[in-house]
Parts: sequence; C-alpha cells; structure tokens
Amino acid sequence: MVDPTPLPAPETALSVTGLTVAYTGAPAIEDVTARFAAAAMTAIIGPNGAGKSTLLKAALGLIPAVAGEVRVFGQPLAKSLPRIAYVPQRASVDWDFPARALDVVLMGLYRQTGALGRIGAQETAFARACLARVGMQAFETRQIGALSGGQQQRVFLARALAQRADLYLLDEPFAGVDAATESAIIAVLQSLRDEGRSIVAVHHDLATVPAYFDRVLLLNRRVVAEGPVATTFRQAQLAQTYGAALATAIPA
Amino acid sequence: MFLDALLLHAGYNAALVSVGAGLLGFAAGCVGAFVNLRRRALVSDAMAHATLPGVGLAFLLMAALGGEGRNLAGLLAGAALSAALGLWAVQALSRTRLPEDTAIGAVLSTFYGAGIVILTVIQNLTLGRPAGLEGFLLGSTAGMLRSDAVLIAAGGAAAMLILYALRRPLTLVAFDAGHARMMGLSPRRYDMILMLLTLAVVLLGLRVVGLILIVALLITPATAARYWTDRAGLVALIGGGIGAACGYVGAAISASLPDMPTGPVIVLLAFAAFVLSALLAPNRGLLTRALSRRALRLGAAR
Repeated sequence: MVDPTPLPAPETALSVTGLTVAYTGAPAIEDVTARFAAAAMTAIIGPNGAGKSTLLKAALGLIPAVAGEVRVFGQPLAKSLPRIAYVPQRASVDWDFPARALDVVLMGLYRQTGALGRIGAQETAFARACLARVGMQAFETRQIGALSGGQQQRVFLARALAQRADLYLLDEPFAGVDAATESAIIAVLQSLRDEGRSIVAVHHDLATVPAYFDRVLLLNRRVVAEGPVATTFRQAQLAQTYGAALATAIPA
Repeated sequence: MFLDALLLHAGYNAALVSVGAGLLGFAAGCVGAFVNLRRRALVSDAMAHATLPGVGLAFLLMAALGGEGRNLAGLLAGAALSAALGLWAVQALSRTRLPEDTAIGAVLSTFYGAGIVILTVIQNLTLGRPAGLEGFLLGSTAGMLRSDAVLIAAGGAAAMLILYALRRPLTLVAFDAGHARMMGLSPRRYDMILMLLTLAVVLLGLRVVGLILIVALLITPATAARYWTDRAGLVALIGGGIGAACGYVGAAISASLPDMPTGPVIVLLAFAAFVLSALLAPNRGLLTRALSRRALRLGAAR
C-alpha cells in the first residue's frame, strides 16, 4: 500500500474560498471559506440541512457552485482529481447492481486500467489487498446487495483505497454502521493519516469527535468556526452552530 | 413448417429474416443490459415512439422529390432525426421542474400521435406506394431484403464493438456517476453514447420488431439475464444470448404462420424467457428460493 511517489507536504490539502451553492432559491451554503489541513483528520460538523454534504460535493465539482474557488494541494481542482478519493453516502447508489465486492474495488483502479487495459493478476491482487485492509477479504465474491450496511461502507472505503489518493473525502462514513465497522473504518483512516494523507469526513456523532478527529469545521450554511478539536470543539461554538445549547459532556 | 423455418429450410427469405432477427436480438440484449443498469428503459421507449413522424416525413420528402418513397436508408435517416428530437425534448422538459416520467409520457404520446396523423395523411394521398409503412409499427419481415439483413448485421456488429470497448466506463457511470466523474469520466458523454447505441438498435429493429415493441426486446432479455449472474458484463452477454434466441425463433414462428407480425411473437418469447428465469434461476429464482426455504424449514423441524 505504499505510494511510489513521495508526498509533497504543503500545509493545506483542500482550500475553498467564497463557495456558494444554491439548489432552488435560498443558498444551501453561502460564502464558505475554509482550509483543510494536510496530514490531518478533519470533521465537518453541523445540524441537518447545514450543507455539509453540499460542501463536499461542490468542492469536488459534483454539483455546480454559484461562486467560489477550490484548490487541492495548491492546484486547481481539475488538475488534482487523480489525487482525491470520494466516499459518497451509502444510500447514493443502487446496491442491487450486478457487481461483486471485488468488482467495486476494481472500479477504483480505472485510472490505471482505462477502458481496455487488462485487469490481470497484479490488479486483482492489489484490489484484494484493499479489501483485506478493511477486513472484507472473505467477501470478495459476494454480490454487494447481499452485504450488510457496514460491509457495504467498507467496500466503498476499499474502492477509495484502491485509488491511492492523497486526499480522502467521506460523506457520513459511520451512518448506520455497527460498532465493529466503525472502529475498523476509523483505524484505516487513522493509518492513512499516519502515512501523511489527508482526511475530511462529514460526521454526526458529537460524542466521538475528540477521539476520532484532529480538527473540526463547524458549519451551518456558513462557517461558524474552524480549528483544532481542543480549542474549537467547545460548548459556545456548538451552541452557535446548532442554534441551541446542547446538553452534552462537551467542554465549555 | 415451423421446424423447416427453424432449420432455415423454409426458403431463402425466411432464413434471411431468422438470421437477421437473431443478430438484432443479440445487439438489443447487450445494449439493453446497460440501458437497464442506467435506468433508461422509459427514455428508450420514448425515443422508439419518436421515430414514427420521422419515418412518415422522410417518406413524404422522398416521394415529393420523385423517388420511390420506401428507400430504407432514407426512412431510417428520418427516423433517427425525429428520435433525436424526441430525446432532446425529454431532456429539455426534465430540466424544468417536470419529473422525468412525466416528460417521457408527454413526448412519447405526442410524437406517436403526430406520426399516426402523418401516416394517415400519406395513405389518403395515394402517393409513392405507401403500402408497408405501417409495418414499422409492429414489425413486418415479409418483404425483407438481403440488403436489410446485411444492414442489421453490419450495424449490430458496429454497435457491439463500441459497446465492448466502452463496457467499463459505461458500467462505472451506471453504478456511481459521482465516482465516475472523480475517475475523469464524463457521465453526460457516456449517457449520450448509450442513447446513440440504443438509437442504433431501435433503427435496426424498426423493420423486424417495430417501434412499439422494440423497447421490450431491449429490456426483457437483459432483465431475464440479471437472474443468472451477479456480474455486469455477463448480464450483457447472457441478455444478448437470450435476445438472439428469441429473435431467431420468433422470426421462424412468424414466418410459418400466415400474417403473424414478427414483433409481438419475439416479445412474447422474451417474456417467456423472463418468466422461466425468474422462476428457475439458481439463487435468485422464486421457485429455487421456495425450495431452499422448504429445505431449511424441514431441516429445522427435524
């Protein structure tokens, strides 16, 4: 799993400047300016409808932005797409699709294989290694619809691993998965971070933020606060983000 | 008589029709698998119906220019143009706040209605020997020529070659368009290519199956194939095989019965293949599942 090209180490993995997205009428996110640190795990936190998924999709150009600029490792988005892996929400695809777990992971190798390149023993072995890294090697021939929700999420993560990206963007990777899958996924993400890769995840469970993440971005259609968990993940900022004081054990 | 037709002994023309329908069935089954995966079945039905005004107008134009009016290449060119217009109309309507199925319903019925009006006008004009145009509705292979069969074979082979070369990007786009974009693929471009391949099958099938039922030859064999395998490429291949068998046998049946239109026979055979697959396929078949549930129950009771 070692990337042959050494990572250059700029401070910022992903930067968005003045990003505004509107579906119909009122903007879903407005004038969002944020820098996501390289070689760190950042959580995007905010209430429902805050525009967390929208921010990820717009940063990747998957939905059109009204205004704003995106740079990845200092380069324009179009140039850096090969360095990005995106793990969408599990519900965004049809799991009855005729594909096995291994086939989905092999889709992450498309940039190498292209439309006509042979998928040989080497590519298959690499895809198997990606499945093994998320603990799914026993399920490689299983049709993806016959997997549990947590297993499907792991297959998605394995597909992202196959891309050997430097920046991983994940949309609610822990939604509807069991505790075992959650700890397996977080272990993989932390090992990616320790290899110097950058992780940005939309996250819902406030209780696990300090244990899982290095930095947080608090979002409610606009950026409320951004910074290290220790200084930014505080009662006052969260109350401002969610519009009400939250009765939790979050430090004041 | 039917056995003769099946074994290609029922005369040159019947043999030509059977082979042509078989090739068409193969192309339709393969392309249809990707149409199913990308959920474009209804769009392709609208496109097929939208060929009719083009057929009529092309006939009028060719007859007015003093031609015979029934030149197949000319009729197909007209069909392609009006199908493309219909596809554009569906996409333009879907960009407003109309849901896609509403847009499809509106376009399908409007174009088909316009086509029927034009055909009726043509029949009342007694101009340029219009007999046989209504064969485009349900398929009529009676007057099929060797050149028609060659056209189907060549067109089908070209479509299969393109489909084979693009099977991976088409699969990626169908499974997860967002991920495909991250892989540098343009979903819009591949959707357009898939629609062009579908249009090719529709045009090749106009003579054999007819524009009303061609969507069934696209969708049903591929749907039946889904029961037999969990791999996208194999769904396409098996769908092609089922489509080929239905086309070949259906044309033979139609040739051995008087005045039996080819399209409906082929489509009924495809439906039979679907029912058999849904009942009997290993793992996913209804009967197979019922039997294994019974075995489980008996095992638990013991």
